[in-house]
Order: sequence, then structure tokens, then C-alpha cells
Amino acid sequence: MPGIARSLLPVSLSLWASLAMAGDIERGRALMADRTKSLCVLCHSVPGTPAHLQGSLAPDLDGVGARYDAQALAAHITAPERFNPDTIMPAYARAEGLTNVNRAWIGKPVLEPGQIDDIIAYLLTLKDQP
Amino acid sequence: MIRLLLALLLASPALAQRSGYDDASPETRAMQDDDSANPGFLWVRQGEELWSSCASCHGAPASLRGVAARYPAWDATLGRPVTLAQRIARHQGVSLPDDAVLALTALVGLQSRGMPLAVQTSGPMARVVADGDRLFHLRQGQLNLSCANCHDDRAGQRLGGSIIPEGHANGYPQYRLEWQSLGSFSRRLRSCMVGVRAEPYAPGSDQAVAIELYLAQRAGGLKVETPAVRP
Ligand code: HEC
Ligand code: HEC
Repeated sequence: MPGIARSLLPVSLSLWASLAMAGDIERGRALMADRTKSLCVLCHSVPGTPAHLQGSLAPDLDGVGARYDAQALAAHITAPERFNPDTIMPAYARAEGLTNVNRAWIGKPVLEPGQIDDIIAYLLTLKDQP
Repeated sequence: MIRLLLALLLASPALAQRSGYDDASPETRAMQDDDSANPGFLWVRQGEELWSSCASCHGAPASLRGVAARYPAWDATLGRPVTLAQRIARHQGVSLPDDAVLALTALVGLQSRGMPLAVQTSGPMARVVADGDRLFHLRQGQLNLSCANCHDDRAGQRLGGSIIPEGHANGYPQYRLEWQSLGSFSRRLRSCMVGVRAEPYAPGSDQAVAIELYLAQRAGGLKVETPAVRP
């Protein structure tokens, strides 16, 4: 599913989008496990993360690869407000329209599009229902 | 009668505020309960040593019982509220270094331990409480979260491994095991703000004071626990 996350990005990134790289499952797994980079496990539980370090604020991601295809996963990660206007999940590719962003992060999204593709590649391997 | 009480409790969260103490582990609570095991008392002792320069006006520290429970308080000269730490930091023309302020704030806070937080919210304070309310509910930072998203709506759930407390500021300065140190309310505010990747409000800024005041009234009469111990 090359470039899925990119296809949902603003036109200003279309040049980058034309580079079209496929996501890497192992990089995605590592990113998911990195609490300070992807932050996913702060809210979600994810297979392979110790239970006492996982959040309980969001659905279990085990089996998510059976529930959604790449396109739907990209939508959830880049535009979660489409599914719940009051969502607490950050829009991972968004860098504008935010309030009082820390100076270290101004103008930057939480994850780069390539990283989102890696995470999607990994999520698609999570086929077992919990 | 019981049903009426239950209905009241459910309808009005102000009746059932839960201190971070109640969410802490038994070990952490035991540490707070025993003054000789509570590391916060190292700072209290330091405050007692510094107290000599306060004693000529204030007598014994115990004469300041109740003071901490009323802060942030309106300062008529400045025309705005000040926090206890600000009041201690700039005093009679003297400016104290941060570590002295922390120690003295712990000592003064301890004098109000067990007393319900009771800040003024009327008159000129009403506007500041409203500011704090707005900021508490403002989504901010790269993660686009408000204080209320976690501390009102998801208290008791887990963020990563940590239980989200209701976020009451009734034990500051407090000893945090994660910090291995006593820390001020400003430091706590900074942690949560940096956590959502927001630019933290500077200590003593209008916004920081407004949030501290809002939290004090939101605590709904929870008792002062200074120096509290938290994970
Ligand atoms: C601050 C909390 C938070 C973080 C961080 C977070 N999520 Fe979510 N996520 C949620 C919530 C809450 C939902 C449930 C739907 C909603 O309310 O938006 C959700 C829903 C989802 C869904 C749809 C799940 C389903 O079964 O319908 C996916 C997929 C997802 N998140 C993936 C991720 C990934 C991947 C990351 C990290 C890169 C992540 N999330 C980070 C809070 C979060
Ligand atoms: C994404 C979740 C989240 C957000 C948003 C958040 N906090 Fe917190 N807060 C926590 C967690 C988790 C703890 C306790 C564990 C820790 O210290 O990390 C905490 C602790 C606190 C405490 C200490 C409570 C005690 O018992 O000592 C205060 C006070 C507080 N937060 C205030 C705030 C304020 C004010 C804001 C907004 C500017 C805010 N928080 C935003 C998660 C959050």
C-alpha cells in the first residue's frame, strides 16, 4: 500500500507524495513500541507491549488489521476527527491550526508521512482478534 | 434518602472530588502519611532553617496556619491574584532564590495541612477563575488536548502506565517519586503542558496563576496535603 498516508495529505506535500515508498513492517513495529515517538501505546493497547505500560483510553489495536484496510487505517491516523469530532486522538500528519504548540514542534506533525506508512504496514499484520 | 444522596453525588462532581492521594499506591500513601518517611520533610526542615529571616515579623511558622489554603489570593496593590510561591518570592523588597522559595512554601503549606482549600472566587477574582476555566478546557499543543480531556473526562483511566488523577493541586509543593525531588505547582503544570507538546505557561504568568486559581476552586474543598507524595 505504497503512499497511502501521503495520498491523504495536503496538496503542498504532493511533491513528496510522488516519491511513493512502501511502509516497512519492522520500522512500524519499532515506532509503535516507542512511547515517546508514536505515543500510540499511551492510549491504546498493542500486542507485545507490557500491559502495565499501556493506556486504557482507546480501543485495543489487536486485530485492527482485520477490521480495516490500509486506506481506512491511514484515515484513522491522519484524520481521526472524521470518525469522532470530539476525539482525543491527535491527527498525526497535522501541523497547522493548533494552539500554543511547543516551540520545538511548531510547524511539525507528530509523525512524518513515511513513518505513518511504516505504522500502517505493521498494523495490517495485526489480524488476530483479541 | 440514600437514593437522593446518590443522585446528588452523581449530579454534582464537586461533592466527590478525589485527591491524587486516593489514586496513589499503598506504599506511596504510607510515605505521605509518615512525616519521618516523607522525603518532602527534607525541604520543610530547610524552610525552618530559612525561617529566621521571617520570624521577626511572623513569629512561629504556626502563626501562618490557614494561609496556604487561601492562595492564590487577591493582591490589591498589584491588582491581580498572586500565588503563595509568588508572595514568598518577593517580599518586603527582598527577592529569594528558587530553592529557598520552594523550601519556605513547603513549610508554610504544611501549616495548613488538613484544612480545606478555600480560595476567594468572588469580586475581582471571578474574572480570573473564568480565565482559568477557559484555559483548562482549551485544546492545545501538538497533541491538541485540554486539561479537561484527561482530568475531567478520563480520570481513573490509564495514560500509558499511569492512572490519570483528577488533577487537583492540593498538595504542593509535593514530592514526586519520578522527579526524586520536591516540586512546585509550576513544575507540575509544565510537565502536563510539555506532555501535550504545548509551550508551558511561565511561572507567575497570568495564565499560570489563573489555572492555579481555577484548580483550587475546582478542588471543591479537598484538604491541603502539603508536602504530598505522588508517583
Ligand atoms: C491521546 C490518545 C490517542 C493516541 C496517542 C492515539 N490514539 Fe488511536 N484512538 C484513540 C481513541 C480515543 C480512538 C477511538 C475513536 C475516537 O474516539 O477517535 C482511537 C482509534 C484508533 C483507531 C481505530 C480503531 C478501531 O478499532 O476503530 C486506530 C486504527 C488508531 N486509533 C490507531 C492509532 C495509532 C496507530 C496511533 C499512534 C500512531 C494512535 N492511534 C494514537 C486515541 C488515541
Ligand atoms: C494527556 C493527559 C493529560 C493532560 C492533557 C493533562 N494532564 Fe495533568 N496529569 C496527567 C497524568 C497521567 C498525571 C499523573 C501522572 C503523572 O504525574 O504523570 C497528571 C497529574 C496532574 C496534576 C497532579 C495531581 C496530583 O494529584 O498531584 C495536576 C495538578 C495536573 N495534572 C494538572 C494539569 C493541567 C492544569 C493540565 C492542562 C494544562 C493538565 N494537567 C493536562 C495527564 C494529563
